[in-house]
Amino acid sequence: MAEGGQDLKGKVCLVTGANRGIGRAIAETFAGAGAIVYANARREGCMDEWCAGHSGRLTGEMVPCYFDVTDAGAASEGLGRIRKERGGLDVLVNNAAVPANDRLGMIPLEKARAVFEVNVFAVLHLLQLAGRLMMRKKAGSIINISSGVGLEGNPGQALYAASKGAVIALTKSAAKEWAPHGIRVNSVAPGLTRTEMIDEVKPEHLQERISRIRMGRLAEPSEIAEACRFLASDGARYITGQILCVDGSAVL
Amino acid sequence: MTNLQRYTKVFSEIFNLPEASFDESFTFATTEEWDSIVHMSLVTALEEEFDIMLDTEDILNYGSFENGKRILAKHGVAMEDA
Repeated sequence: MAEGGQDLKGKVCLVTGANRGIGRAIAETFAGAGAIVYANARREGCMDEWCAGHSGRLTGEMVPCYFDVTDAGAASEGLGRIRKERGGLDVLVNNAAVPANDRLGMIPLEKARAVFEVNVFAVLHLLQLAGRLMMRKKAGSIINISSGVGLEGNPGQALYAASKGAVIALTKSAAKEWAPHGIRVNSVAPGLTRTEMIDEVKPEHLQERISRIRMGRLAEPSEIAEACRFLASDGARYITGQILCVDGSAVL
Repeated sequence: MTNLQRYTKVFSEIFNLPEASFDESFTFATTEEWDSIVHMSLVTALEEEFDIMLDTEDILNYGSFENGKRILAKHGVAMEDA
């Protein structure tokens, strides 16, 4: 449940990759703060039960919204549906991403392209679509989920870091371009977070990485979601182009 | 109101010009006021008016009042004289 009251009351939000981990926590936190959340996932029907389970329990609304973020036509239809049903979009959280933990010499070019397809090109396309919906109202908040490794780099994560670095550069540029239109673009850069992606990290590497977090533990998805809630809210109305690291003071 | 009248009205509102100003000579290349910011405003206004979502390629290739009619037709918005 959100700690900040109903600061997203009535805001129409789209959260991609909402079926698990950080995305799920963001969707729940937003709906808890009064938002109408279009919770996106790729697989048709996979969130019906979950969304229905929240009905009446949260002050906001949770609406399943299925499309593959890398399918430009489907994404366009998804945004079109939101405009038709709600008349616009207030908040986009570009959260859907795929992990990549390979040493430099072990990255097939095909995998690099596939990672960029989800982590960068889909983010760009959704940002373009959302921006058009927000431009008429001259208001909106876009939050791109990046990563501390996109700022600092990390051995064994060059591909993932490169994709998240691109997200950070995209965020800063879009913020500058769209500030005159009243559209804010920020990024939340989570540190190591207790999600399914952690399963991809080898146990010995995981312990080693936790030892480099000054707070001595992983982040909880809800802690990342709270940072997003703030950036989505009117409380952040004068904040744009920022990369908010939520990492417990990690040393990469 | 016909689709063509609605289409022309959107242009008129975005460019702040009388509806009679718009014909085949009204293009991105020849209209000083038609910069990238106005272009995005035009696109969002047309999307809203006709309840469509244009592709990025459509937006890049829009180019003129006339060509726009063909692009909208592709999205199911038929213009009477297109």
